[in-house]
This record gives sequence, structure tokens and C-alpha cells, in this order.
Amino acid sequence: MNVVVATPPRRWQWGALRELVVTEFKQAWRAPLGLGLGVLVPVIILVILGIAPALQKNVPSTSTTYMTEYVPILIGLVLVLIALVSLPIPLVMLRERAFLRRLSTTPVAPRWLLTAQVLVNLVLALVAMVLIVGGGVLFFHVAAPGQLGGFILSALLATCALFSLGLVIAALAPNPGVAGVAGTVLLYPLLFFAGMWTPRETMSDLMRTISDYTPLGAAQHAMLTSMQGTFPPTQSLVVMAAYAVVFGFLAVKLFRWE
Amino acid sequence: MAVAMQPLSREAPVRAAPPPIIEVAGLRKSYGRTAAVQDVSFAVSEGEIFGILGPNGAGKTTTVECVSGLRARDGGDVSVLGLDPQQDRDQLREVVGVQLQEGSMRPMLKVWELVHLFASFYRNPRDEAELIETLGLTPKRNSYYRSLSGGQKQRLSVALALIGNPKIAILDELTTGLDPQARRETWGLIEQVRDGNVTILLVTHFMDEAERLCDRVALIDGGHVIALDTPTRLAEREGGGNHMRFRPSGPFDDTLLTRLPNVAAVDHQGSRVVVSGTGDLISVVIHALGCAGVQVDEVQLESATLEDAFVRLTRHALADGRSGQS
Repeated sequence: MNVVVATPPRRWQWGALRELVVTEFKQAWRAPLGLGLGVLVPVIILVILGIAPALQKNVPSTSTTYMTEYVPILIGLVLVLIALVSLPIPLVMLRERAFLRRLSTTPVAPRWLLTAQVLVNLVLALVAMVLIVGGGVLFFHVAAPGQLGGFILSALLATCALFSLGLVIAALAPNPGVAGVAGTVLLYPLLFFAGMWTPRETMSDLMRTISDYTPLGAAQHAMLTSMQGTFPPTQSLVVMAAYAVVFGFLAVKLFRWE
Repeated sequence: MAVAMQPLSREAPVRAAPPPIIEVAGLRKSYGRTAAVQDVSFAVSEGEIFGILGPNGAGKTTTVECVSGLRARDGGDVSVLGLDPQQDRDQLREVVGVQLQEGSMRPMLKVWELVHLFASFYRNPRDEAELIETLGLTPKRNSYYRSLSGGQKQRLSVALALIGNPKIAILDELTTGLDPQARRETWGLIEQVRDGNVTILLVTHFMDEAERLCDRVALIDGGHVIALDTPTRLAEREGGGNHMRFRPSGPFDDTLLTRLPNVAAVDHQGSRVVVSGTGDLISVVIHALGCAGVQVDEVQLESATLEDAFVRLTRHALADGRSGQS
């Protein structure tokens, strides 16, 4: 044989990953699904809630304002919109359009595109969370998290749990339409148990117990506790970590590239 | 039959036979119980444009997917630049550029951004600006992918298949969906690419495309190679031969012509004569009649086309399949 290409395969393709991240950011900026939905919508809701005088009062028999209670819920909203909509839909679309397949004919493994997509959405989620906490504290009488470390840990685990769920959707949905429906169907119960419409304090004991075992119910509890200055309860952290591990594992197992 | 004056011979130029750059032997691949490829063998030399032809569902795409390493074969041997597409996938991807039949890009990325992105995937990419220029995309380099026409998208996908500086390019249904002008442009481009020392494996179901571009073609039907030759020889041998039509200056004895080895039949149609046969009919007929003092006028050659050969061969395969089952 005339040509033998004796080059070891590259395990880490930083240059390619960097370009993939850059182009995914450009794509996200020019077709701002995640930016509009996951960042703008929660921030607008924050502002609307913040303007309502009733929400700046303290919850009866506590020193916490209603706005403070709403911040973890809005973070939950950010996470469902970004992790369940903005993350999976483009991935399913790219698979449907054989772009992942096209990538697998190049030396770059399609998993790097997945990585880039996750990174871009993580950055969007981070920006939205910083805007909501920062905006709330600066303008809308939200108490700065008293237990910052616990708060960051809770937000991080909630992010991992929701992104894992979103990747399972991306793994299973045969087309973007199904991914959209799956995300929307999941979105309501997750937000309901986070206290979006009925605050957790006013839920019945049974409902609150159920809520404790949903990812965003656990997240709301853990973040609110940290904001009030106490390290979040182990149970909430374990619940979120369990969702992240189980669904993360499922996503890796089930993901199809074509 | 196409009625046209065609170049009589379009054989591959004679060179010292280089070792094959792609070798496929006894390839088999099934999807579940459906055998997509049952027995496919061929070899492609360096610098060739090799066509894989066949009706829809013949196993063409599966064959090239096994060559490019996109699919694992069930049986047979495949060697590409001395590499096994399954075991040496990572090395193979550096040197084989692939254009897929379906598939689109990120809609909101610009032409230069996509070329730049794909260039970052390879060790020794080609010069991006030069490639964009070669493919005539320079005026469109700042356009979003979604705003490109079908022909421009196709040219971009060829560019992306070539950006890694491959030794082999595998192009699947290159011109499907293009208008005649864009098809011609794309063909010119492929010839340019080959002149740049890239071996090309071209999957197509367009006979004119194969006739124009390919040095050799393998005709695949029902998962088997049913013919493999240069397009000209295939057309001649399997397409029902060539027909030379002319007006002789006077009467002549038919045996003058029928005794020629490549003449099969002589038919008088009024003042015209139609000679059927193979190979270089015109010069032998003119010579034979010239020796007998008969001049030949108003010569037309109807050559069998690859399409004629294709239709005959696939029809036979179909008929054989039927009789085999009954």
C-alpha cells in the first residue's frame, strides 16, 4: 500500500472544541431561543413581580419577603426553559438534519458538539441566574444569600439535575416537535412543585413531601434555606444529585447520534 | 439512443497501473433481515473518479458508508489507503472527506464560519479563502447558510468535504436537486478537484453525470455489482451498440461492410444506410467503402449511451430475479 497514515488519534481536540463553542455561541446569539426564552422571560417576570408592592412585604411570621421566596422559583424557571427547551431542541434538530452524522465523518467526535451545546446553555443559565439574584438583591428587596456557598452548591446541583433531564429528552425525542412537547409537559409539574403557583409554605403536607422529592422542589427548598443563612438540608442536596446522576447516566446510555 | 456526434473513444488514459487506493472485496451488509449489500467488490486507483451507479435502493449508499467507516460491514474486506475503515476510523477520517446525501448545517452560521469550523477539525486543513474562491463562494462568504441557494449549499458541502485536504473524497448524490446550470458548474468543480490529486468516489443515479465525470463505473443492483467498466465500453457493450447513419455516393455490396469484425448489421433506409456495430465504426466504414470507390456523406453516429446500458442491465437483473423466484 502506498500511503499509511501512522498518526495516533487525538483524544482532546481543544482547537475544534473552541471553534464549536464559538460557533454555537454565534448561533445562539443569532437565533436567540435560549437567550430570549431562558434569560429574558425570567428577568421580565422578576421585574414585573418586583414592581408589585405586595411582594415586597414579609411573608407572615417570617423575616423573608415574598420576593426572596420567588427568586429560587425564578431560577427554577430559568433552568426548565434552558435545560428542557433551549438545550434539547437544537440537539434533536441537528440529529434530524444529519449534522451529527456529518460530524462523525470528520476527525472530531460528535460528542464535542454536545459538549459545546451544553457549555453554551450553561453560560446562558449562569447569566440568567446572576441577573435574577443580582437584580433582586439590588432593586427588589431580596435578601442576599446568607449562606453563599450553600446557595451556589444548590444552584449547581439543580442545574446538573435539570440538564440531565434535558439531555434525556434530547436522547429520546425522534424530532424537534416531540422534544418541544416533552419539555413543555415536564415543565408544568416541575414548576408547580417548585411553588410557582402555590408557594411551598401553603402546600399540604403530602404535596410538600412530593415537592421535596422533585428536582425543583428540592432546589427551591435548598436555595431558600441558603438565602436565609442556613446551609441547605442534606436531603434536598441528595435528591438533586440523585436526579443528576440517574438521568445523566440514562442520557449517556440512550443518546443516538443519527 | 442519443442522436449526437460523440467522441468515439473516451478510454482512461494509459498509465502504469498504480496500486489501488480503495479495495472492496465481497462486501456484505444487512439491516435486520434486509440484505442491502450482498456481494460488492471493486478497486479504485489513485487519481480516478470512480462512479457507483444503480437504481434507488440498490445498495450504493450503504457501500460507500462501509468505505467511509460510517457503517460497520457484516462481511468482506475493505481497505482504504491501507486502512480498515472500522478499525482505523480515526486515522481514516483525516484523509477521507465525505459529502452526505442528506443533511444541512447550522442555519445561522455564515459560509466562512462553517468553513473555518470544519477546518479546525483537521490537522492539515486547506487554505480556507482559497477553497472558498475555488468553489465560487467568495461573493457569499458572509451569507448565512440558510440564505444560500441549493447549488450554493451543495458547493459548500463539497468545500466542507475537501477542507481537510483529503486524499479521497466520497460524494453522495452530488447534484440531486440542482438546476442544469448548477449541475454543470458542480461537474466542472469535481474535475478540478481530481486534477488537484484527489481520488473521487462518486455515488449517483444520473447517467449523464457518470458519463461525463467518471473514469470507471460500477453498476450496482440488488446489492450486487452487475457491471464494472469505463462508461464508454459499458455503453457500447451493454447498450445495444453504435449506429452509423450515412448517405453513400453510390450502390455497394453489403458484404464489404458485414465482413468487418465490428459491424453487426447493415440496413438500407431509402437513400440512407444504417450500419450497426461496436467500436470505431466511422473510420472503418469510411475506409472500407473508400477502397471500393464509394464516398460517404452526411454521417451521423448514434452511440449507445450509458443510460441504454443501465436500463438493459437493470432490466435483466430484474427479470433474472423474477424467474429465480418463480
